Amino acid sequence: MRENAMSDTIVPGRWARFRDSYLLYSFKRDLVAQLSLVLFAMLIFAAVFAPWLAPANPYDLAQIDIMASELPPFWIDGADPQYLMGTDAQGRDLLSTILYGLRVSLIIGFGAVLMQAVIGVSFGLMAGYLGGRVDAFLMRLADIQLSFSTLMVAIIVGALVKAIFGGATFSEYAVPLLVLIIGLAEWPQYARTVRASVLAERSKEYVDAARVMGLKSRRIMFRHILPNTLSPIFVISTVQVANAIISEAALSFLGLGMPETHPSLGSLIKSGFDYIQSGSWWITLIPGAVLVILVLVINLLGDWLRDVLNPRLYKG
Amino acid sequence: MALLEVNNLDVRFALRGGDVRALRDVCFSLDRGERLGIVGESGAGKSVAAFSLLNLIAKPGYIAGGSITFDGEELSGMKDRGLRRIRGNRISMIFQDPMMTLNPVLSIGEQMVECLKAHRRISTREARAISLHKLNQVQIPSPETRLDQYPHELSGGMRQRVIIAIALLLDPDIIVADEPTTALDVTIQAEIMDLLLELCEKHNVGLVLITHDLGVVSQVTQRMLVMYAGRVIEQGPTREIINDPQHPYTQGLINALPQMATPGSRLNQIPGSMPSLSNLPSGCAFHPRCGFVNDANGEPRKACLDKVPGFVDSGNCRVACHMVAELVNQQQRDSREEIL
Amino acid sequence: MIAFLIKRLFHAFLVMFVISVISFAIQDNLGDPIQQMVGQSVPESERAELREELGLNDPFFVQYLRFAKNAAHFDFGYSYIFNEPTTQVIMRHLPATLELVAATTLLIVLLSVPIGVYSAIKPRAWLSRAFMGVSIIGISIPVFLTAIVLIQLFAIGVEFTPFPTDTAWGAWLNGLLSTDGGMPAYGRGNPVHVFGTWYTNFSSLEGLTYLVLPAISLASIMLPLFIRLIRAEMLEVLQSEYVKFARAKGISLRRIYFVHALKNTMLPVITVGGVQIGTLVAYTILTETVFQWPGMGLMFLDAIERSDIPLIVTYLMIVGLIFVITNTLVDLIYGLVNPTVKLTGKPA
Repeated sequence: MRENAMSDTIVPGRWARFRDSYLLYSFKRDLVAQLSLVLFAMLIFAAVFAPWLAPANPYDLAQIDIMASELPPFWIDGADPQYLMGTDAQGRDLLSTILYGLRVSLIIGFGAVLMQAVIGVSFGLMAGYLGGRVDAFLMRLADIQLSFSTLMVAIIVGALVKAIFGGATFSEYAVPLLVLIIGLAEWPQYARTVRASVLAERSKEYVDAARVMGLKSRRIMFRHILPNTLSPIFVISTVQVANAIISEAALSFLGLGMPETHPSLGSLIKSGFDYIQSGSWWITLIPGAVLVILVLVINLLGDWLRDVLNPRLYKG
Repeated sequence: MALLEVNNLDVRFALRGGDVRALRDVCFSLDRGERLGIVGESGAGKSVAAFSLLNLIAKPGYIAGGSITFDGEELSGMKDRGLRRIRGNRISMIFQDPMMTLNPVLSIGEQMVECLKAHRRISTREARAISLHKLNQVQIPSPETRLDQYPHELSGGMRQRVIIAIALLLDPDIIVADEPTTALDVTIQAEIMDLLLELCEKHNVGLVLITHDLGVVSQVTQRMLVMYAGRVIEQGPTREIINDPQHPYTQGLINALPQMATPGSRLNQIPGSMPSLSNLPSGCAFHPRCGFVNDANGEPRKACLDKVPGFVDSGNCRVACHMVAELVNQQQRDSREEIL
Repeated sequence: MIAFLIKRLFHAFLVMFVISVISFAIQDNLGDPIQQMVGQSVPESERAELREELGLNDPFFVQYLRFAKNAAHFDFGYSYIFNEPTTQVIMRHLPATLELVAATTLLIVLLSVPIGVYSAIKPRAWLSRAFMGVSIIGISIPVFLTAIVLIQLFAIGVEFTPFPTDTAWGAWLNGLLSTDGGMPAYGRGNPVHVFGTWYTNFSSLEGLTYLVLPAISLASIMLPLFIRLIRAEMLEVLQSEYVKFARAKGISLRRIYFVHALKNTMLPVITVGGVQIGTLVAYTILTETVFQWPGMGLMFLDAIERSDIPLIVTYLMIVGLIFVITNTLVDLIYGLVNPTVKLTGKPA
């Protein structure tokens, strides 16, 4: 008992450290960050529990009533109270479709960022740690890809993948394929950030010390350098999630993404766009608003994180 | 009345946790053509003092009180427009790091001409002629080509010469030099300092020299201030202070010079380090590091712990120290008794 | 300067080489010119003969060289859908995209610099905060959604009547909240012929109205980015020693902001601007889709939809070429603005 009590006083637990950290302190003072986090948590919750929250299952053709298509949301005359947010052109309950679409968008967004991070972090570590030709090759590749812009690369890769697999197969495996496409398009951001911090860390003494002790370079990379590059990775990850979600939406809007039978927010916007001229603005604008709120809160949280974790930028 | 008079200058930095007082009750004066050194460790407030003269302290710093009188004009509350007339014209500055001081995308000529044109109605041609003349004065090789060169084409020592030339452009009354040689190679430091001294003497320009180098101060200046934790703790003729420092801190500084240590032994460091301005010790800010804090009975002097020391005159110097005050009082009492 | 140019040209060649290899690999694996040239009825033996004749059985490397040689003469074969040389198709669609990009760039340059500089000079002013708030919202709205909202507001119109319509003040407030619509949001209208394949929207007010909504949509994603970038860079430059020294010289604030600080601020902005040209072209695909703007983006999407491989490949090569040219130009401009480039041969 006594020993326990002592170690408690000497080494504060993780929770205690978090409780006293600057991160939490600045969070408590930032109303925008708090609101963003609450909204973000609500959207995640809605996406995770979509099958239980949604009044209908938009993937179930039996539940769709084609006679009830293009019904407006509840505050407009002519609405059916059964469909809170109205229905889309195929008669699907819009609220349910949005909840499921949000789920798809988030899965692809996070999946693609994980993909980019895996590719980008390993390339960045290799480039930064090995240097020389590997570095030159990888960074040139990243340069070329970035000068083409990540969205352009995603559109081209998307078009190629669709051409190779054919439309039907593409639609069937759209989620993993989109994760792959966006991952391949956006890895340079991670690679550059990681490389920069590896170069900064490499020159520090502890890496020399590890090498003098005879550790293998792979071990030095993953056990010693990577943990020290986590903070910048964390910061760009938030921005990258927002970017990936927008990329997915853009691809879907161009018809290179999720099919309308299994829509993401982007493909919902696309399918609704055809009906905007006929006055059914809600099919496209309500999913659009959800997408904007999602991306906005992630960007706001990212901004806040960058300000807190990177005091160099905080000069204003 | 002196050319420049600073009285009870109080400079603060408005930070989230409340104001931090960077300068308190700083007083000094400078006559025409006089050279004054301001000495102290980093963080003592030397640079803040230099920059507040022309109200150039970066936000969130601000002048909270006191007065700065230059040639009969009050500068401390003056609007930017008025100060601009004086900056670079009658009082000019030399910064610490010549690598950072010149704008990398403007040519040397542009940076000199703009300064002249900001203060005088002259043509670019005339301005270039004056610039060339000043570059000659600071002994830069082939000055004509320098005018169209960019800062990155010049070495550090060369750039500092250009900066001195800019400081001299409008024949100012005072030059404020903030550690003008610290960032340079040791071999060039003496060269630049000699040049600055020579030019100031020749043109009868007053100099406020901020430095932590006591050697430079003793060679260049006639009077000096020693600063500690935002206050002046000792001031007087440079020679007297260097030869017979009164304040324990000044004594510590001089004892810490390499030439004061016996060869082969360790340098005489002052124990401890400068306190943070936001968390100053009570009483005399130096008392935790002071070797003379105890009185004759071996007890810490109560005044040192509780009361900020005021100035006492000791010879031609003024010293802010309770111990010195006691000694002076003792001497005065002794001499009075002798007379009686 | 010469060394710098040579280095840039070498880089440009390298990039074009990579793009051409990728393009050729696409053409080689996905396109089948035989099927395009002859109908379904032609027997397999005849096809094989034609295949041999066209050199399609040659090694990859030989075929690539042939491709590269033709590409150097801007010969990429025939488009499946248009049944004419792909370069001709591209040339017909290029002016529309270039005009859209030009109008957008104009908007971005004219607005981002003053707004960015203002919000750096006065970071605490309410207007700066408003600009920053709007710009983070702008970054978070996908460009096609901005376009759709603009169409809803200004092409279709919105009637919003929360206030009583039978009173004068109610009607006035409702009028403020509602929009008329009527802005053109479909295609280019009737652009005026200039020469060759170039038709322009810039020559008449009516033509310009067709540009308004697409250009605003396209600018909506870039403008906030540049405002934020210029503000951040300017804030950093304003903290620098040389700005402090300029103040100590008694230079006017205006000259400090617009000569000393802005010139240094623009260096990283130019670099980022070069990279963003690629993004801008990518976003033209989205914008042109929404507004049915008959440019290269819309054409490219059409080509993807209908698997017009030669046209896709030509688009890739041309866009690659445009990127390489603009990036080289941007580097040259950077070199002209930044005096440290000339001596060292690379950006400092």
